[in-house]
Amino acid sequence: MDKMNMVQAINMALRQEMARDDDVVVLGEDVGRDGGVFRVTDGLIEEFGPDRVIDTPLSELGIVGSAVGMAVYGLRPVVEIQFMAFIYEAIEQVYSHATRMRTRSRGRFGCPIVIRTPYGLGIKGPELHSDSAEAIFCHMPGIKVVVPSTPYNAKGLLASAIRDPDPVVFMEPARLYRAIKTAVPEDEYSIDLGRAEVFQEGKDMTVIAWGSMLHAAVEAADGFDAEVIDLMTLKPFDEETILASVRKTGRVVIVHEATKYCGLGAEIAAFLAEEAIMHLNGPILRVTAPDGVVPMAMLEDLYMPTSKRIRKAYEEVMRY
Amino acid sequence: MTERVLHTFESRFLQIVDESGNADDESLMHSISDDLIKKAFESIVMARTFNGRALNLQREGRIGTYASLYGQEASQIGSALAIEKDDWVVPSFREMGVYLTLGYPIWLLLRYWAGDERGMKVPEGLNILPVCVPVGSQIPHATGVAWAMKLKGHNTAAVCYFGDGGSSRGDFHEALNMAGVFKLPAVFICQNNQWAISVPRKRQTAAETISQRAFSYGFDGIQVDGNDVFAVYKATRDALEKARRGEGPTLIECFTYRLDDHTTADDASRYRSAEEVEEWKKKEPLIRLRLLMEKRGLWTQGYEDDVTEKARVLVDEAIIKAEEYPPPEPRDIILYTNAEPTPRQLKELDRLGWTR
Ligand SMILES: Cc1ncc(C[n+]2csc(CCOP(=O)(O)OP(=O)(O)O)c2C)c(N)n1
Ligand SMILES: [Mg+2]
Repeated sequence: MDKMNMVQAINMALRQEMARDDDVVVLGEDVGRDGGVFRVTDGLIEEFGPDRVIDTPLSELGIVGSAVGMAVYGLRPVVEIQFMAFIYEAIEQVYSHATRMRTRSRGRFGCPIVIRTPYGLGIKGPELHSDSAEAIFCHMPGIKVVVPSTPYNAKGLLASAIRDPDPVVFMEPARLYRAIKTAVPEDEYSIDLGRAEVFQEGKDMTVIAWGSMLHAAVEAADGFDAEVIDLMTLKPFDEETILASVRKTGRVVIVHEATKYCGLGAEIAAFLAEEAIMHLNGPILRVTAPDGVVPMAMLEDLYMPTSKRIRKAYEEVMRY
Repeated sequence: MTERVLHTFESRFLQIVDESGNADDESLMHSISDDLIKKAFESIVMARTFNGRALNLQREGRIGTYASLYGQEASQIGSALAIEKDDWVVPSFREMGVYLTLGYPIWLLLRYWAGDERGMKVPEGLNILPVCVPVGSQIPHATGVAWAMKLKGHNTAAVCYFGDGGSSRGDFHEALNMAGVFKLPAVFICQNNQWAISVPRKRQTAAETISQRAFSYGFDGIQVDGNDVFAVYKATRDALEKARRGEGPTLIECFTYRLDDHTTADDASRYRSAEEVEEWKKKEPLIRLRLLMEKRGLWTQGYEDDVTEKARVLVDEAIIKAEEYPPPEPRDIILYTNAEPTPRQLKELDRLGWTR
């Protein structure tokens, strides 16, 4: 089995899903001839042609809005938004339409769209190239939010996202695109949405992370007996896996790249307060970005939860 | 220095039947049969009857806020009559005349306006999307539907409705721009009823017409007399045929007028004069249609009474059916969010005591 990076794994998933289902189309800016600015869609246009791998005008609202129409009519559009912050223009299409079409039509029309987008810090890009906007989408009823952390799970999760009957935001950690390689089977496989994975077992604390933060959380755990959970699906998150772990460890640290205020960590912490407070030894800690705007390259190391900052939280939680 | 004219464009206007019921250019009426004329008349009466009853029901507290179509019947029915069964329609919120003409069950429309989403569970076989409330945001959906039709090789088209206010949104630009680039089989119908609540048409764009904006997207636009049901019919039919021939989209501006308040929650006297409304009342679509039909021996008072009575009976029956329908289940709030409920949603149902 070949080792490959996340770009290759996602590319393979797209290729296989397009081969499997003629209704799958890919659309976005520069996804065709250029193969995407990160080359994730490289070679697809040669294989599937310009009708199914569509270079669109620069028009995020138009791309997502027409994907809604396509999906309602029976296609399965996979949209690429070049960087996550550029989806803001299209949020109305997601929040007011893609996520509501099923409810609004009482099931007559569904909206099976996948929005793939690179997110997160660590690529030293210009302003608005490093946002982590998962919480905005997690707040919406009727959507799934998925974040892979390895090439292997990127392939399987994307396959499930494309086959899902409802809209899915698929956030790709840009920093991981080429940073790690894992074995990725050639054969088709899928990983269920809504399931987390115990990435590393441990007894003393439960660490919940996803995307590139998973790797920082694991690195920081050196010397601790930490159970690290890769959340993978942020909405709806896997309550059972989290609860089982927390009942065992009694300590919780949540790590995410987005800011703390109303971040997904708040929802997980509140959920644990409701469901597992008797099992907790002490406070639930969150390691997140500070409450400021995502900085450009020079300050980004201070903004991003580093393994050093994460370690401090581990030390603190172990005092209880 | 070189300076030359790169392009000039034509801004066209179409009227077939004038306010006195005369069809000056009879050749334009050739393709319009007596049957179609009667169908148009009967559909307008139906829409107006429904509309009047809906306004009354709202006053009586039996339905919620409602957006009247009074004055815009020709724009809605003229276009709807040109739409074929496999075409898809992407409406805004004022197009009850379109829903009715396509054969949408009247009682479902009443359920919807009474606040029951099941009213927009579009029956199988009818290809119209549910009412869209965020103004203009439905326009890209028509682009997408047309795109899907093209990719699937279907010889059909998407018809989109929006208002003069909606044409100012970015959605209008992005949707029409993309439809132009990919030569999609879409027909964009702007019902310019001169007002977006209290904001007059002139505040929406400095362009002299909305239809001419198509020029900048690389396709044709035409303004039609939106109170002339046959002008609207012909423009829509021509645009649909063009779309099916693979020749791309068209923008049709129906120049019409909203004779009622914006919705039942509005008071239009705050921003426009009674004189203005009276002037437009003289141009409302049914007056000229009656005159035209009378000249052709198609109209008598008895016929109109008959048609009105039939419409009244249908609407009355629908009101009874709508009001007898049981209320929606609480669980519907949760169970239609996703194709499959999440574990947390199921837990929530149980906690709330709502049956699954
Ligand atoms: C995005 C958005 N902004 C504001 C509103 C409130 N609103 C409802 S209708 C309307 C005016 C719409 O005007 P127009 O597009 O001309 O359609 P008309 O009401 O005349 O049919 C406004 C401001 C809304 N529904 N959606
Ligand atoms: Mg208007």
